Amino acid sequence: MRSCQLRELGRVDYGTALDLQQQLVAERKEDSIPDQLLLLEHPHVITMGRNGHLQNLLANDDVLRRAGISFYPTDRGGDITYHGPGQLVGYPIVDLREWKRDVGAYVRGVEQAIIDTLADFGISAGRIPKLTGVWVGERKIAAIGVHISRWVTSHGFALNVTTDLSYFQYIVPCGLTKPVTSMAQLGTRTDLTEVSRSLAAHFGRVFDCEMLLEAPALAAPIK
Amino acid sequence: MTDVVMPQMGESIVEGTLTKWLKKPGEHVERDEPLFEISTDKVDTEIPSPAAGTLSEVLVDEGKTVGIHTIVARIEDGGNGAAPQAKAAAPAPPAKTAAPPQQRSAPPPTPAPQAAAPAPPLPRVEEVPLAPAAEPAGPLSPLVRRMAREHNIDLSRVAGTGAGGRITKQDVEAYLAQAPAPSAVPAAPVAQAPPPPAVRPAPPPLPPLTPAVQAKARIEPMSTMRMKIAEHMVMSVRTSPHVTTVHRVDMTKVAKMRERYKADVQSRYGFSLTYLPFITRAAVAALRQYPLLNASLDGNNIIYHNEINIGIAVALENGLIVPVVRGADEKNVLGLQHSIVDLATRARSRQLKPEEVQGGTFSITNFGSFGSVLGTPIINQPQVAILGVGTVDKMPVVIDDAIAIRSMSYLSLAFDHRLIDGALADQFMTRLKQVLQDWSEDVL
Repeated sequence: MRSCQLRELGRVDYGTALDLQQQLVAERKEDSIPDQLLLLEHPHVITMGRNGHLQNLLANDDVLRRAGISFYPTDRGGDITYHGPGQLVGYPIVDLREWKRDVGAYVRGVEQAIIDTLADFGISAGRIPKLTGVWVGERKIAAIGVHISRWVTSHGFALNVTTDLSYFQYIVPCGLTKPVTSMAQLGTRTDLTEVSRSLAAHFGRVFDCEMLLEAPALAAPIK
Repeated sequence: MTDVVMPQMGESIVEGTLTKWLKKPGEHVERDEPLFEISTDKVDTEIPSPAAGTLSEVLVDEGKTVGIHTIVARIEDGGNGAAPQAKAAAPAPPAKTAAPPQQRSAPPPTPAPQAAAPAPPLPRVEEVPLAPAAEPAGPLSPLVRRMAREHNIDLSRVAGTGAGGRITKQDVEAYLAQAPAPSAVPAAPVAQAPPPPAVRPAPPPLPPLTPAVQAKARIEPMSTMRMKIAEHMVMSVRTSPHVTTVHRVDMTKVAKMRERYKADVQSRYGFSLTYLPFITRAAVAALRQYPLLNASLDGNNIIYHNEINIGIAVALENGLIVPVVRGADEKNVLGLQHSIVDLATRARSRQLKPEEVQGGTFSITNFGSFGSVLGTPIINQPQVAILGVGTVDKMPVVIDDAIAIRSMSYLSLAFDHRLIDGALADQFMTRLKQVLQDWSEDVL
């Protein structure tokens, strides 16, 4: 079975995580490392995909600065989005040639791992045709934006766990005027660590790989 | 002339939006160099050029969405007659026949074997037909090529250590490390303080500072693992008032048992029999009798764990990890040894699964294996005690007024005094000692 290194990185600045992704993508292309799944959260940041439209950013620089939000244009797919504390961000670095050479199947797979994770916490989530991401009813709970170079993926998904949803007021998420939600808003009491573990397990199942812990914690809380 | 087509990025994908040309018409492009970007369903993909040459025609504008296999551009081959025929195979049927998808959609699997590093002017890359490289280097990754370009390295002089002799990033780094860097003058640490955020402007040659004084220190960031260890240790010491009690244990019987079965275990199971599984087994017996040592604290509640899961501290090259032997109370010495060997081996090769370092209820650390006689370990939170194992040494011991030679070891127990009092800790240790000193259970 293929293996996938799981890196739980805690809170990481967007730029730092971007550098790390780029480095890992290069190493993955070299085949010097196996697939990777980076799980982390970012400090407040708004990022815009290559095809983003600035009109979906509803605040000017000054307002963002005062709110303590940084802004990054990036090379992932998708429009504009917000990341911040309480949101589980996942960056899978996967060589799709070793799984399926299928970008569509990859995105559906990421959605599936998130849907399965939410089910673990009693949340019934699903897809809306043509609107990539994971939805609970008409509300978006997870956003997806991916970049692929030589079949190696980067960027990934962002799942709102306990995200302060008021920060989404600064943008039109993904250019869609649909509301966002979070696991906390839906009444689930949990934290990022718990959700990460569940997500890693489902990711391994969906992508048919064995998840290995990269930089392990000494002891994790006993449940 | 090579046609560039909109690749098929997956079964369900029938069209793509060309979002950006990374080269302009008339520009030179190398084979495998990113040529344009497409967007499909929230996925942006860089598409590498199928050939080297000049981008002669761009047929699809940025922002347009076209069906897969549509010709989006043409590349005039790099003035080298050898290539075209070999490549012409690709553009053949732009129709929607069921061509093997990877042929189109895949970035060409064999990156062009490339001769000498491109000279600064128009880099003319020799295009060799698709056949496997005759070059010693084997296929080169884009990263290696970029490094070669940046550092102006002749790759034929780099020894490859990768699969099939291919050159890896490490090989290039090693080559760079041994070759004298052309001009880079290591700046004094102060000088390099603010890294310019912009794309590096060619640094003006630094006026050599006063003859470099040997730096007094080197600064490097902690690894993630190091940070987690540091955080955990501080948290543990802050959380639990640690007290350590030490008992001297006669391991002679265990030593004999071990001697007796060592060779057998080695030949039958392929691992050596150490003292650790005996001590673990004794700890399990004592934990059963004194379950408070197997508990943890949650606020003002005591959580008694029904499982006995023993964490075994394993030293790694630059850190440590405590994988957990689950259900340790259901295993005999042999089973424990097997689990310990398996976990330790996989810990060192970074093959542990996340759940294998979770859920421990008590831990053992065997610093005796590094020659330590006695230690005072830090509790692995949220557990409440940890057993430290010193070396097992033959010593003269007074028994019934006679001097005997015995295999002795100091076992230390660090415990959380919030929950456990000294008397209980020593009762626990006494029980553990008793099991070890009167060892009777067979190994095989």
